[in-house]
Amino acid sequence: METTDQVAVKPGVVEVGSNVAVAVQDLHKSFGTQHVLNGVSLTVGRGETLAVLGRSGSGKSVLLKLIIGLEKPDSGSVRIHGDDIAGLALDQMGEIRKKMGFLFQHAALYDSLTVEQNVSFPLEHHKKEMSSSERGDRVRELLAEVGMQDGFGKMPSDISGGMQKRVGLARALALEPDILLLDEPTAGLDPISSGEIDELVLKLQEEHHMASIVVTHDLHSAKTIADRLALLNEGDVVVEGSFEQLEESDIEFVREFLRQS
Amino acid sequence: MTDAKPIAIADIDPSLIGLKTPLVPPTVSSAKGPIIQSLEWFGDLGLFLWQVVRAAVTPPYEFRELFRQLDEIGSKSLPLVALAGAATGVVLSLEARYSLTRFGAKSLLPAAIVFSVIHETGPIITGLVVSGRVGAGIGAELASMKVTEQIDAIEASAVNPYRLLVAPRILACILMLPLLTLGADLCGLVMGWVAQALVEPLSFHQFITSGFKGADFNDFLPPTFKTAVFGLIIGLVACFQGMRTKGGAEGVGRAATSSVVLSSLFVILADVVLVKLIIIFFP
Repeated sequence: METTDQVAVKPGVVEVGSNVAVAVQDLHKSFGTQHVLNGVSLTVGRGETLAVLGRSGSGKSVLLKLIIGLEKPDSGSVRIHGDDIAGLALDQMGEIRKKMGFLFQHAALYDSLTVEQNVSFPLEHHKKEMSSSERGDRVRELLAEVGMQDGFGKMPSDISGGMQKRVGLARALALEPDILLLDEPTAGLDPISSGEIDELVLKLQEEHHMASIVVTHDLHSAKTIADRLALLNEGDVVVEGSFEQLEESDIEFVREFLRQS
Repeated sequence: MTDAKPIAIADIDPSLIGLKTPLVPPTVSSAKGPIIQSLEWFGDLGLFLWQVVRAAVTPPYEFRELFRQLDEIGSKSLPLVALAGAATGVVLSLEARYSLTRFGAKSLLPAAIVFSVIHETGPIITGLVVSGRVGAGIGAELASMKVTEQIDAIEASAVNPYRLLVAPRILACILMLPLLTLGADLCGLVMGWVAQALVEPLSFHQFITSGFKGADFNDFLPPTFKTAVFGLIIGLVACFQGMRTKGGAEGVGRAATSSVVLSSLFVILADVVLVKLIIIFFP
């Protein structure tokens, strides 16, 4: 993994350098009276993998959706390669999203399209210069990369949850993103499939050197694939650093979380 | 003067229209007055329309999706619309014959059928049938995509969902409603003639000549093209209700039902206004 020029062991303190892919500063988000995020600050360097851990409902998935602009923050900023995404129109945001890949928690494959068409979708819309045969080759290449050798013509409802995650990952990689956002990549999978997805994510990191943010409550998975971990509680980062630094923390919530995981 | 209180969409008793849940999600309808809720709904609808117009007029244009929707909304609605138009023609013929004979004006029967069909029954029946079939379909399809995060996935793939999903559906509704109305009118006139010819022999040529006597394009074009407004209402309301859905399978059901109920309601209300405008501008 590449090193970054960002160090943030103490949560809430963010040093942003030219090597930073994603910088989140003092992010607040509420839904009605429920405050989901209360001033989250994080950075992820190019080629670095950050795992965001926390209990269910701690705002991990909301954080990812704020980073890719699917939700708007109440206050605070999100910078992608230095560009603040606040106030961007949908089409302007689209230009930034082309540099990002997003794997949804339940894969969110288009249920009226086949596996092949799902992966081809971003290419059809953004790589119009590609011929249909080139596109087909690229789709097969992407599916092979995530370990899908056949079943290209199947509908998403006809494949397992683990395979759906793989197809979702192939779709997320289609535009060769610089930043990969993974929302619970191993949730709902058996231990063997979870391990395979972890290995796949590690392999992709080594091959593509993307900045990645992995939201998970699976500590084992986070420890395997991430360079740094951040633990969310009550809408804020309580601790951030390597797994060893988390283990050394004397914060009761961190100790409890590690004990229960 | 009565002191009747205004009723908001969110306040419509769901049991009156056979629903268990309110038309507007409870999260929206809590702690706010009915007027505020209605104004918010219309405000959100206006912003939604602005997003759609902005997406529709800027490239890239989604022609493939538009043609798919023209087929889905137009061709596949035609049998139902034709059947509804034909049934209306028969009913009109039977009812008008009975009434006009009582008042000694039986010779006006072809004109009564023709004018009724092309002025009002053809357009409104088409609007309501399409609102039921297409409104529910669009509402449920988009709502299902919304709750399974497929619309978020489209947006995350840097594709504008207003351009890909919403604009083609609304445009297809606008373009197809007048054409479907022509189909309903034709079937209504033919079956109106058949119903009359079965009672009293009359050639189709005589029926049409007599029916269209004194008619001009002002009798035909404005009522037909007013259904483009119905198409806008049906497409817009159904897409809006579908795209703002929350709450899983229950939300999908609510979106489908509210799409039909609201679009039918607004089609009828728009018809009142459009009929008055047509009378003023095309006397």
